[in-house]
Amino acid sequence: MFYWVQYLADWLIYSVLGVSAQSHLGEALNFFVFDTLKIFLLLFLITTIMGIVNSYFPVEQVRNFLSRNKMHGFEYLFASSFGVITPFCSCSSVPLFIGFVKGGIPLGITFAYLITAPLVNEVAIAIFAGAFGFKVTAIYVATGIVLGILGGFTLGKLKLEKHLSPWVQGIIAGAQTEEVLLKEKHTLLQRFPGILREAFTIVKGVSVYIVIGIGVGAAMHGFLPTGFFEQYINKGQWYAVPFAVIMGVPMYSNAAGVIPVVQVLVAKGVPLGTAIAFMMGVIGLSLPEALLLKKVMNVKLIAIYFGTIAFFMILSGYLFNSIF
Amino acid sequence: MKQIKILGSGCTKCKSTYNNVLEAIKQTGIEAQVTKIEDIEEMMKYNVLTTPVLVIDEVIKVKGRVPDISEIKLLLV
Repeated sequence: MFYWVQYLADWLIYSVLGVSAQSHLGEALNFFVFDTLKIFLLLFLITTIMGIVNSYFPVEQVRNFLSRNKMHGFEYLFASSFGVITPFCSCSSVPLFIGFVKGGIPLGITFAYLITAPLVNEVAIAIFAGAFGFKVTAIYVATGIVLGILGGFTLGKLKLEKHLSPWVQGIIAGAQTEEVLLKEKHTLLQRFPGILREAFTIVKGVSVYIVIGIGVGAAMHGFLPTGFFEQYINKGQWYAVPFAVIMGVPMYSNAAGVIPVVQVLVAKGVPLGTAIAFMMGVIGLSLPEALLLKKVMNVKLIAIYFGTIAFFMILSGYLFNSIF
Repeated sequence: MKQIKILGSGCTKCKSTYNNVLEAIKQTGIEAQVTKIEDIEEMMKYNVLTTPVLVIDEVIKVKGRVPDISEIKLLLV
């Protein structure tokens, strides 16, 4: 699918710029051009597809659907899957949280959505597909959904309502089932210009992180020897995966910035599961998000929330290490 | 005079929305009072799920994304 992009990168670096294919600089530049083109193409394609899906299932609709329907446990699956299709920004996590519990959606289901949303979204899927191919991406998406279900279910069983801020408990006490929203009656053709414009805005918004991420990745790709990290990290060290997740939490970046770096870590010898566990820690759990959540819950609940998710991220890391 | 409110807890997207609104007002020369709403309890009165949100005269016009200057100008007139 991307042979022609590689061809273009080869031609540009080796023929037009005349940098030798054998040099470190040549390797780094070629990687940079190839990866940038490939990832931006995928990103635009997938944000457009997600934009179409999302224009038919906006987050308000998702909330109202979950608020009206009790589905014998399947609501965890729905909430977690909805986390994939709706775009997410960590600054929206608090209004989302309140909006969900206000509609009478149980805490565990709200968490299921909140866990999956940052981990698996259009940007993460596009860059992941560019970096690791579609098979690994499919497994990653499935893992993210299962992680949301298990995390949400566990947190739901722990009866954590008492750790919410008093005003949030007041909201839960007065929660009401949400109404059916009036659907906009626009054809796909009428929606399309808006969807494309939105896709373009999303791509533009993350482009600087991607370029920096690929830049760092390209430098490592060109200048570090293959298998460089193998001497430090390998599958035999059981503690590498938990360590990777814990290392990831204080680092605050989005999928766009961290995945190109993770790709190179893997290429240079870090086990895939360990690298993915690190990536999940970086994009799924962050200190700024914890600070935002302090407005709605106490520190103890934040710790339980982070601890539970970290636990399942570590399991995902082991899972990927055992598959690949 | 138009009452414009920008809802959002101070993230970069909310700041760019605020700046775009100020610029749109300057370009159209319209008289408007712009308020930033950063308090979550106040924000939830509008029953929104995603930020930033642009509210003009108590009507939600844009939510969950950053409107550009030309779009805001259209909403203002």
